[in-house]
Amino acid sequence: MIEPFLLTALLLVFASVLCLYRTVKGPTAPDRIVAVNVIATCTIVVHVLIAFIGNQPMFVDIAMTYALLNFLVTLVAARYLATGSVFT
Amino acid sequence: MRSLNWNENIASFALTFIILFALWAALSTFFDIVHLSLGLICSFLVAYVSYDLLIRPEGTKHVLAVIKTAVKSIPYSFWLLAQIIKANVDVVMIILNPRLPISPEIVKFDSKLPNDVALATLANSITLTPGTLTLDIDEKKTYYVHCLAKRHGDSLLEGTMQSYVARVFGGKE
Amino acid sequence: MSVLLILSTIFLLAGSFFFIVGSIGLNRLPDVYTRLHATTKCDTLGQALVLLGVIFYDGATFTSVKILLIIVFVLVANPTAAHALAKGAYLHGVKPCDVTSLDMYKEEAKRIKRRLK
Repeated sequence: MIEPFLLTALLLVFASVLCLYRTVKGPTAPDRIVAVNVIATCTIVVHVLIAFIGNQPMFVDIAMTYALLNFLVTLVAARYLATGSVFT
Repeated sequence: MRSLNWNENIASFALTFIILFALWAALSTFFDIVHLSLGLICSFLVAYVSYDLLIRPEGTKHVLAVIKTAVKSIPYSFWLLAQIIKANVDVVMIILNPRLPISPEIVKFDSKLPNDVALATLANSITLTPGTLTLDIDEKKTYYVHCLAKRHGDSLLEGTMQSYVARVFGGKE
Repeated sequence: MSVLLILSTIFLLAGSFFFIVGSIGLNRLPDVYTRLHATTKCDTLGQALVLLGVIFYDGATFTSVKILLIIVFVLVANPTAAHALAKGAYLHGVKPCDVTSLDMYKEEAKRIKRRLK
């Protein structure tokens, strides 16, 4: 009874590939950061799905760490865009 | 923070320590002596370094008020859930429409919310509800909001959501 | 096939639908602010739906508690990140697209930039 999980993971990877187009083409830097943020959210969900597909519960912890790091990276990038430097 | 009296610092330290240790126990899922003592040491160290970040020492007097706010926010979160689903259907209709019917605008409005938590709650709620995205809040509590179409801005400026949040956090409406 | 399994499958498929629509919106909409609209709303609801489906499949275990923590964290963090990115993009100098009819943030942005210098 694992087929819905596989299908969902494949659909999410497809969504990430769509975002990859915007990451490469995006006219400005903020566009690229938004696209990378979406890809990171997809990755979190795919990690959780992999934990159930491969029956390895450790991947849920990795997904949690990824969520925390994703938030931090986005905030630092936004701060860099706004002020031009990270540490001030 | 150092000028506050000793009891309030101890109370906020204990609350932070209990929360951190409960989180450790829920996340590690091993209940033998080694893991629990490791968790005790880690949460003690983290609570010692950062006890005035999670819970302000002067806030420990108002624990009852915080619990009351949490209870009051339960109906609000159900209302917010309905708004989030409505917002998603709205955005999906706009994106999948071949003519792409958008007319963005950036509007501003003033708020009279009492504290920072209320301001942040309203900002996040605005971002999650139909067609609106918080750009900035300035020092005079003015919100700058990006709207996807004109009707979204009009429904935001009616102020339904702000009076809801004000009722939860006990400010003026 | 039990009711919970059917419910979990429905939630998984609905969540991935929202993810894909968010990605299409990211490619179709004209400027960074409208793109943020699409991605923030669709991603936040999409991850909540998919992970709720996983919780229905798994039942009441410690893994479900961890997944619930992920849901709540992303539900709070995603709008905050979107707000920070929108402000950063405006101060970086990204102009709103041509169809934008009203811009009340211009003076405030100028004031902030002057203060930063």
